[in-house]
Amino acid sequence: MKATEVPQDDANMMQGKFREPVYSLDENGNYTTVRSVGWDPKNEVMQEAWDAINEKIASTREKVIAGELSPIAYHLEKNLMDVGLLAKYTGLWKFKVKRHLKPRYFNKLSNDTLLKYAEVFELSVSELRDLSLVRSEHLPTTTEIKNG
Amino acid sequence: MDKILNFEHKQSAHCENGVVSNLLRYYGIEISEPMVFGIGSGLFFSHMPFLKVNGIPVTSFRPLPGIIFKRISKRLRIKFEKHKYSKPDIAMQELDKNLEKGIPTGMLVGVYHLTYFPVPYRFHFNAHNLVVYGKQNDKYFISDPIMEEFRTLTYKELKRVRYAKGTFAPNGHMYWVKESPGTLNLEQAIIKGIKHTCKDMLKIPIPMFGVKGIRFLSKKIRKYPEKLGAVKAASYTGQIVRAQEEIGTGGAGFRYMYGAFLQEAAEVLNNPALKDLSYEISGVGDKWRDFAVITGRIVKNRNKADESYDAAADLLLEIADMEEDFFKKLKKSIS
Repeated sequence: MKATEVPQDDANMMQGKFREPVYSLDENGNYTTVRSVGWDPKNEVMQEAWDAINEKIASTREKVIAGELSPIAYHLEKNLMDVGLLAKYTGLWKFKVKRHLKPRYFNKLSNDTLLKYAEVFELSVSELRDLSLVRSEHLPTTTEIKNG
Repeated sequence: MDKILNFEHKQSAHCENGVVSNLLRYYGIEISEPMVFGIGSGLFFSHMPFLKVNGIPVTSFRPLPGIIFKRISKRLRIKFEKHKYSKPDIAMQELDKNLEKGIPTGMLVGVYHLTYFPVPYRFHFNAHNLVVYGKQNDKYFISDPIMEEFRTLTYKELKRVRYAKGTFAPNGHMYWVKESPGTLNLEQAIIKGIKHTCKDMLKIPIPMFGVKGIRFLSKKIRKYPEKLGAVKAASYTGQIVRAQEEIGTGGAGFRYMYGAFLQEAAEVLNNPALKDLSYEISGVGDKWRDFAVITGRIVKNRNKADESYDAAADLLLEIADMEEDFFKKLKKSIS
């Protein structure tokens, strides 16, 4: 690729925090780097990946509000985690974390266990318990996430 | 303790190369990112359908994290000291001791909690490398090879990213130059690096790696829409493009970087054939970009399976032929 052809398609994926150096050929046939703000095909797959994440967060929230899942399920998705990763962050067994996604187990959790989850999600225990918080929280779209 | 070392920061396209290049510059050894990448044999391809992340098969354009680092230290005879710590506070104390002694210190971190990273890039990926070169009050001074400029993190923020959990959990891993060799024997190291890459791309007797791996992926991708249905096929395909174009990895980007390496190597070894090949691999990189364009379109129209899958599979076969030819010529040119 020629240096003059390095794409500059800005979809704000990098939020102006850096540009990516791309190795390319200058007019004399020497390799050089040109900083790029983005490239459409890449922006699109990132957009798609974030849209999928946001859809999953929204549908999980519905299930939490409907009482099918505990608030932990919602915060897990919001933090882009899966059960295995959350188990590692809390230091709990994976099968226990899986259980705690169900309201009937969640409602019986001790304060100590709740505190473990709350710390990982950067919440207080009462915030973690609070269903109205889950209900009222604004879910950002991919565009809002990018524009921070 | 207040101490800020006189550390020069250069941005790079891939964090592992960049950290090595920046650390060595501190000790008076000027070695470019492409040189580190080439000597460390950073170019690779693998497609492993049975190894899944988030339920999607892994396609990768790089060797496992840490491998470039290992190879470069062996091939250039640079001694690194490496440590992991079971206690986060100890890991931070040891870092402070290093800074006190005037040692810029490389380390592995998770990017999810890296506050200066753009949010759309913050996934739970744990094999990111950076250098800490100073501390003032509660602030650590960071040379992150992905960033254009220096950054800072607080004690708490740095401790958190050093103890990110999950795959490749860093466990406070840090490393620094123990003994710098003074002068480098580049010639030998370059040849070793090239030979290794040729072997990786041509000779691994398992169909998932190198040029064979590209053909293998072609076969798989052709069957995706029929086997998986439109939506799942598109998400499988999306993973390939993300692996190809996300920071630190990259199919096309790595080919261009390899071209820059070959151009430098041509000078060091006084071997003009390598310069010709440096242009050829740029053309292969362009083909990988065409592939990203097609697969990007598949992802965008994810609700209907169309003939794009065949086009993508055909393009992969073409790329595989080009790379096979390229690496055979490359091998010949140095033997």
